Amino acid sequence: MAYNKKENAPSKELLEKLFTTAFRIRNFESEGIKLYRRGLIRGYFHPYLGQEGIASGACAALEDRDYIASTHRGHGHCIAQGATIEGMVAELLQKETGYCKGYGGSMHIADITKNNLGANGIVGASTPLGVGAAMANQVRGSDAVTVSFSTDGATNNGTFLESLNLAAIWDLNFILIVENNQYAVSTTLAEATRETELYKRGEAIGVESHRIDGNDPLLVYETVVDAVKKCRAGLGPILIEAVTFRHSGHHVNDPGKYMPEDKIKYYKDRDPVDRARDNLINMGKMSAKDVKAIEAEIEAEFEAAVKAAEAAGEVTVEEFREFVADY
Amino acid sequence: MAGRELMYREALREALFEEMGRDDSIFIIGEGIAERGGSYKVTEGLLAEYGPKRIRDTPISEAGMIGVGVGAAIAGARPIVEILYVDFAMLGMDMIVNQAAKFRLMTGGKGRVPFVMRTQGGTGGGVAAQHSQSLEALFYHIPGLRVVMPSTPADAKGLLKYALRQDDPVMFIEHKHLYMTKGEVPDGELIIEFGVADIKREGTDVTLIAWSNMIPRTLEAAKQLAGMGISAEVLDPRTLVPLDRDAILKSVAKTNRCVIVQEAVRRGGVASDISSIIQEEAFYNLDAPVQIVAGMNTPIPFNLKLEEESVPQKDDIIAAVQSVLHNKVA
Repeated sequence: MAYNKKENAPSKELLEKLFTTAFRIRNFESEGIKLYRRGLIRGYFHPYLGQEGIASGACAALEDRDYIASTHRGHGHCIAQGATIEGMVAELLQKETGYCKGYGGSMHIADITKNNLGANGIVGASTPLGVGAAMANQVRGSDAVTVSFSTDGATNNGTFLESLNLAAIWDLNFILIVENNQYAVSTTLAEATRETELYKRGEAIGVESHRIDGNDPLLVYETVVDAVKKCRAGLGPILIEAVTFRHSGHHVNDPGKYMPEDKIKYYKDRDPVDRARDNLINMGKMSAKDVKAIEAEIEAEFEAAVKAAEAAGEVTVEEFREFVADY
Repeated sequence: MAGRELMYREALREALFEEMGRDDSIFIIGEGIAERGGSYKVTEGLLAEYGPKRIRDTPISEAGMIGVGVGAAIAGARPIVEILYVDFAMLGMDMIVNQAAKFRLMTGGKGRVPFVMRTQGGTGGGVAAQHSQSLEALFYHIPGLRVVMPSTPADAKGLLKYALRQDDPVMFIEHKHLYMTKGEVPDGELIIEFGVADIKREGTDVTLIAWSNMIPRTLEAAKQLAGMGISAEVLDPRTLVPLDRDAILKSVAKTNRCVIVQEAVRRGGVASDISSIIQEEAFYNLDAPVQIVAGMNTPIPFNLKLEEESVPQKDDIIAAVQSVLHNKVA
């Protein structure tokens, strides 16, 4: 389904927010990978590189009372929902100052004070959990909306249908954003399903569904603003398929050789961070110099976060034993 | 204390009525639980009292329902998800094992999951392999879950009320044979904390540990043993996680003999774990090896004679007691 951009020009403030968030994610992932290669970050690291437009656009459309649920590729959602870089870097470096005190790591990172149900190591889990948050809000009479970020891979998991259907029969304020990056690890979408236009699955169970360019942060924002409005008016849930592409393999140690060069180039030419920057310069009339200043600030913020994390302590074995004593 | 005689299912219903009246954040979802009142009539009348927002029927989507319950709990509600048979909970195991049980730890203790799954298990007279299982050991094995298995109406009420006031995911496993059983339920507020065992019958010669539907059966065995001059103590842990180790060790220290009775299959069961705790911590109090009376390692057959053979019967319990007392009884 085609989706037209709003006629009103976006404000400079909005364009700055979209760029700042997208660049903050880009920088976090690029610098994080360097820390990973230096052995400072252990375990798995699934970069959000190339998909920044989706989290940036979607979370900019939400209010403080709204909720999100995220995926294994969750750093971007966490940042876009307002987590500090300091708390996130500390978590990835296993420090007690991290959002989960080093108990969660990359795949479970969450600033739950920002109504973030967290990243999740199980593909597909964000959908039922997000529907649950939407239900909690409906039961307590709140008009808060929940956005579950999910993936093309997750649409072939049974909980996709089960929980979206529950959201539909209960008219929940729920938005499912299927980030279609066209791969489930290395399996292409075409190998995984016959109908690759995933939004049709929402339509099949009576859910208003859209398919958009996920590499266009402004379009993502406008689509989610509209979806939020509809949800608060009792017209939810809504599914948004946001088409995108990873810049690299499934995780840091996956070279992604199965990804065709020309396709990577196609999407890099439509890079969401570049588009957010271009929008800010061209539509927002911000000078290139001022944009550079924003970038420098974000880079410095990351460096300071690394310094702070390196100086921070870790949870002790005694604290851990006490924490789980009643398990 | 004054009380009334209630059926197990009535006691559960009373707990739900009281707690839902006290706390607006409690809601219940399940298959046929609203207008119909549930297959075992536990939720009867709740729809009329608390309305369709808080009492909802679901499609047959166990993984989705359990996931929605877990998500709602993380977001601050107190959901109860009724799963018709514990066998069907297997469809939602990811949400129980990977989500509900782990969220508290994964968030460094900042997130909690006050989620209650009410379900029922056990053999029921010919309902066959996919509707008869006793699966508590699967949940017992997963750190982060609470496993509750009440055997009496009073315990059912008090434990369910407590489940709705604490902040960890609870597997509340009822037994299909117990819904119509009756027992005294004290008047007034009744809250039973987790991790407190109850001595259902005092005795001095042997400790019989059992839970859920094995309690009435074990009590019958104890009564018959009394006629044979054997004084059996019957201990019901009531919650398997947390487990009241102190009460178990104290009873074994008194009787010096122990038989553990579980309906679930023998292999990898909770009884084996309790037995290992006793031998580790009370070895020198034992006058005989701990005996386990458990279900056979088999899916439950439909044929009633074979079903009966598959799970512990009164005579099996008596034989095990005689075996641990072999050097005491003439």
